[in-house]
Amino acid sequence: MKNSKSALRSIGLGLAILFALVTYAYGFKVTKVNLEETKSERRQTQLIRILRALAKPDIVEFDKEQVKLEIPFYVPCPEGGFEPEVVDKTIAHFEPEAYCADPGTKMIFRGSNFEPNVKGPINFLPPSGVTLGMGIFETDENGNFEITVTIPRRPETEIQYIETVTSKNVGEPRFTRTAIETWDKIIETVFLALLATTLGTLLAVPLSFFAARNLMKDVTSPIIVVSLNLIAIPIGIVLGGSGATWMRDLSNLIAVNGWVILLSIIVGSVVAYGLFKWAVPPEELEPASGKIRFVRSLTLVLITLISVFVLFMVSKLMIIIGTTASGKLGGFGFLGSFFADIGDILGMIMVLVTALLGAGVLSGIGGKTGNLLLKKFTPQIHRLLGIIFGGIAGVVWFLIIMGGINWVYQINQPLIVRTIPAILGAITGIILGTIYKPKAPVPIGMAVYLISRTIFNVLRSIEALVMAIVFVVWVGIGPFAGSLALALHTIAALAKLYSEQVESIMTGPIEAVSATGANRLQTIVYAVIPQIIPPYISFTMYRWDINVRMSTIIGFAGGGGIGFLLQQNINLLNYRAASVQMLAIAVVVASMDYISSKIRERIV
Amino acid sequence: MLEIKDLVKIYDGNVQALKGVSFSVPKGQFLAVIGLSGSGKSTLLRCINRLIEPTSGKIIWHGEDITAASDDELRTIRRRIGMVFQHFNLVLRSNVITNVLSGRLGYVNPLMSLINRFPKKDIEDALIRLDRVGIKDKAYHRADELSGGQQQRVGIARAMIQDPEMILADEPVASLDPVLAHSIMQYLEKLNKEEGVTVLCSLHFLDIVHRYADRVIALNDGIVVFDGLPTEIDDTKFKEIYGKEAERVG
Repeated sequence: MKNSKSALRSIGLGLAILFALVTYAYGFKVTKVNLEETKSERRQTQLIRILRALAKPDIVEFDKEQVKLEIPFYVPCPEGGFEPEVVDKTIAHFEPEAYCADPGTKMIFRGSNFEPNVKGPINFLPPSGVTLGMGIFETDENGNFEITVTIPRRPETEIQYIETVTSKNVGEPRFTRTAIETWDKIIETVFLALLATTLGTLLAVPLSFFAARNLMKDVTSPIIVVSLNLIAIPIGIVLGGSGATWMRDLSNLIAVNGWVILLSIIVGSVVAYGLFKWAVPPEELEPASGKIRFVRSLTLVLITLISVFVLFMVSKLMIIIGTTASGKLGGFGFLGSFFADIGDILGMIMVLVTALLGAGVLSGIGGKTGNLLLKKFTPQIHRLLGIIFGGIAGVVWFLIIMGGINWVYQINQPLIVRTIPAILGAITGIILGTIYKPKAPVPIGMAVYLISRTIFNVLRSIEALVMAIVFVVWVGIGPFAGSLALALHTIAALAKLYSEQVESIMTGPIEAVSATGANRLQTIVYAVIPQIIPPYISFTMYRWDINVRMSTIIGFAGGGGIGFLLQQNINLLNYRAASVQMLAIAVVVASMDYISSKIRERIV
Repeated sequence: MLEIKDLVKIYDGNVQALKGVSFSVPKGQFLAVIGLSGSGKSTLLRCINRLIEPTSGKIIWHGEDITAASDDELRTIRRRIGMVFQHFNLVLRSNVITNVLSGRLGYVNPLMSLINRFPKKDIEDALIRLDRVGIKDKAYHRADELSGGQQQRVGIARAMIQDPEMILADEPVASLDPVLAHSIMQYLEKLNKEEGVTVLCSLHFLDIVHRYADRVIALNDGIVVFDGLPTEIDDTKFKEIYGKEAERVG
């Protein structure tokens, strides 16, 4: 029994080894392992050449000075021979075997006291002024050389000369152009990574809550409420978006000059603040009556519109100030343009933000209406309402999703784009409305959780390099495209990491804060956020570190940064320049790693 | 007056924590809930303010059905019910006064509270409460710098600032030494006697029950096995509550 067991085990082990062998053999085949090539003489010389080039990064250079030495020479030997002056043998000098020879003779030249290990041409200088190269000499470690050259066929009766040319470094070392370009680009790279990380973090923080299971698990609503929420979202987006657009048009109309803008900002803020003070009392012991709440809600809408208007004005003011300043600040003009750009960004995102706000508010109103309906009628009517609203929500969202698909694929057939999704949506909504009892909780939070998780996973699996290609088409080649691509990737990656941190926080404080009657948002602000700040900071630093590394290659796809130079130099076989860039990347990555680990240590 | 009728809680996986619990608590009573670990004490207390959603049954408080309340109504109910926890449940990285002020979250305007703005009155109030539990000097320290006893006092202050009509205390002294335990219990007693706050407090040690409670309810396996005065718990009753093997300590 025992024997047969161990025999089986041996057979199993044997099979496992065999399987491993086959796997690796196949691996060698598909990866085209070619040992012959590694032994080839030609390849080895090339390899050594490249390695040596890489080992000598082209960072500093010197001014060169040519040092020429001349000796007189007769071709052929004049009658009576020729004796030159005595040369000083303590300094650099060279001598032929004889100072004259017949054309075509081979002759050895010896030099000494040269710089060690230098190379240079040995030239023949006839009286015509041309330079005839006779060969290249190379000095040994003591500064001596010996070279055999053939005397050219240039018979003359006059005296001719033979010279050696060597070059010598003079003056202080200075940075090469490669080094300077690399410095510029590495700075660009670090800031590219910084912008990408900042943008990514800003968006990933709120999104991460949607992907946190522990927060979303408890978000449930009855089917009527969910349906009304869903129906209200697109309406809210449209209303919010058009509200913002009106305000933008209004601000364009009013903004004739800087003073008007400034005045409208001041007046707008004061009015909005006053209304806010009135509409939002600091503390309420008794819930207000429905009428007061309705008036307050209207006031809040008005306050929002005024604020949007004021922000558009602020954006304009910033652009004006920034543009004016950038002209006057000289070297610091970029601060002015930055200010103007921030103003521009503010104007650009206002419509989007207001649309989202509108969606949030209207979805809230939809939910409240749903709860109110649930309070009023009988269960039968609840059931009916659930089915009706479920159906409408299904139609609305299927049409929206199909609209998105149609935008990509351009199907443009009314049957496929409108009729079928509307019917399917209605059916789905009605089925859901029938399945869920009127007051049964629909796990809408988990649905949001799953959807956002899926989106993050898909986004994360697309390499930033690929995203860079898309952004290059949109915003042109350069670091801006690179930072957008990295930012998008950062959102997905950080949102996932962050949400996992949210999932691992202590539940006690959440329990305690929600037991005081805090709403969900307050619970997040008071019980969740304080707990996640340290890991968020640490992950953000880590991500910046990753982004610096990624931004070094994002230039391969046209995304700016040092990768562009690196790729160019590799393609031009300019290995000494490529080596400078690789060195710069290594230094930056290593120092980022060090700094981020230090900061993380201090914070966590 | 708090009335609990046929309260049942079945957790996922068909674990029955409460199997039809009914009792009522008159206003101003100090009720101790005892029982073995896992007998359903925590579940019972958490069902009352619906931190745990009961499976069935009714909880009527001042004529209002808590189990049927909508989210908004539930928040206005919760803000009148303070809660104290065994593990204090403070936000450790926030400072003490923020932890206390979080007790006002049900009252203050949500928008302002999101940017950590509280009315002046509340801040003064928080300092007064902290003074009353003897740790006013720690108001601007981080909660994790405090000892266990101090943390529980912050927990009490957080419940106090809610101006509660009822306090649910889930083993408030189980993680504290006996001396601290009595000082914490005295704060609860004071709230109960001086301000007429109803207290429902789950406890482990019978001497504490004897000392502070007006009435005792004992749970065993999700069923009320005893309901009466603390003095009525004799050895037979004790064995009924805690099982035959149990020995009295303390």
